[in-house]
Amino acid sequence: MRERLVGLGLVLPALLTILLLFVYPLTTSVTGAFETEAGAGLGNFAKVWELYATDILYTLAIVSLSTVLIALFSIIIGGYLTLGENPRAVAILRWLYRWPLFIPFIVVGQIMRTFLAKNGLMNNLLVAAGLLTPLQTTSFLDWRGIVIAFVWKQTPFVALLVAGAMAALDRGTIEAARNLGASRLRILVEIVVPQVRGTLLVGMILSFVTMMSVLSVPLMISAQTPTMITADMAFRINAYGDYGVADALGLISLAMTFAVAFAYLRQSVRERSR
Amino acid sequence: MSLAVSRAPSFARFRPNLRWLPRALCLGLLAFVIFGPLANLLLWAFAERWYYPHILPLQYGFEFWGRVFEPRGGALTSLSNSIVIALLAVAGSLALAVPAAYSLARLKLPLRSLILIAFLIPQAFPEMPVYVNIARLFYGIGLNGTILGVVLVHVTHGLVYAIWIATAAFAAVDEELEQAARSIGAGPLRAFFDVTLPLAMPGIIASGIFVFLESLDEFTGSYFVGAPDVTTLPLLLYTAGAGGNYQTASITALLLLVPSILFMLVVERFLRADVLAKVGR
Repeated sequence: MRERLVGLGLVLPALLTILLLFVYPLTTSVTGAFETEAGAGLGNFAKVWELYATDILYTLAIVSLSTVLIALFSIIIGGYLTLGENPRAVAILRWLYRWPLFIPFIVVGQIMRTFLAKNGLMNNLLVAAGLLTPLQTTSFLDWRGIVIAFVWKQTPFVALLVAGAMAALDRGTIEAARNLGASRLRILVEIVVPQVRGTLLVGMILSFVTMMSVLSVPLMISAQTPTMITADMAFRINAYGDYGVADALGLISLAMTFAVAFAYLRQSVRERSR
Repeated sequence: MSLAVSRAPSFARFRPNLRWLPRALCLGLLAFVIFGPLANLLLWAFAERWYYPHILPLQYGFEFWGRVFEPRGGALTSLSNSIVIALLAVAGSLALAVPAAYSLARLKLPLRSLILIAFLIPQAFPEMPVYVNIARLFYGIGLNGTILGVVLVHVTHGLVYAIWIATAAFAAVDEELEQAARSIGAGPLRAFFDVTLPLAMPGIIASGIFVFLESLDEFTGSYFVGAPDVTTLPLLLYTAGAGGNYQTASITALLLLVPSILFMLVVERFLRADVLAKVGR
């Protein structure tokens, strides 16, 4: 009994910090979404629907597309690290893919803003290589720039998780399939990926939530309309001090992440009950 | 099969073996995708004159570095603010996390897994609406625009990493060593400070570095709670970039990039596999 009290006492300060500085503001953001000048009601949501319906869809599309691309590239990278037969290529890939892992989003935003611009280094190099003419160059600083920045930054993280899970798999089934003549692509799709699906989904959900709350990348790459709802929230507060609409937008981003997390939980419960 | 080996026999048969080519092209493309943008940042940080249609800068130099680091350039204030805030955030979150992690790893705790999950909450929800409301809360009690306010936000954000990694670090320490110390007469505190803590230290240092980097790189919370009174490096980067001053923005970005890349290169030395295997257990 005494040990339990000591244990709780040691955990309590940290727990209180989370409750006071995260959970409490989170609940006020939910209640704030329903507070209008005319009292409690759905007025903020009506305004959100009127002004930001496009941006909500735009955000959902960008984040979903990025999540799918991140998953795809992570499977390719993890798959080659696990099944690759050329040790030198595997070593190069292992060294190469992790570079963006700890680079902050704000730096990624700045890097991509200069790299992907109409007269940025990427287009200049493509023109110099003869792949494009100067008239064909376009700026990528719209939804494509945001997707590229997200995928560039988040893929190493998910690939690290997925490659770790793949490395822990039983090699026996892989070798057996290989001996029976299965191609490496088929082994990846039919044997390896199904076994690391849990890890892959966790990585995808964490990336989804992270991308939902990144403010710097949309602000720096494409802040004109349409833009992501994080940029809209910052605008509502800085320009109008309008916390109600900002909180309503926040509640919508919460609802999107909940929908994704719920789909994952239902899937994993169903798999366990099988 | 290495490149040199695969070439030699096929040339002898006059049928070039080009199986290595797609692999090399893919790796080359990946290298371009990763290092192209990074090289671009380096060029911008040292470019003095660079305009269309020149592919590369016309003149390199440190002129902008001098300007950025002048007293009125603002970088020195932002840099010292950032470092002070990050160090305080590390001290704060380790002071909270070390006892909590020891308790989670070693002691009989009611609802242990629920508590461990509670510390994941800041990772599971979008942070943006939370920061907006923290700013509102802090404004009411005079914490907005103060170093302490920014530190508190960073401590909360860093606590997830600190607790999960430190818990794994304590769990990876062999419990029998602790029991041996106790059985030859050491008290519980002595056993903790002389045996358990030193053995868990690499993992705790790793969690401290994590918190330091997260604090150094944090933008959204500092933007709402700190700006415009407290400027950190990310805020300086943002305002410089928004004003079209790409050299200053790139120099600031480079300052933020170096610690991140260094950590990426050494992380495995601090986070050994036996600790990683215990994360979340």
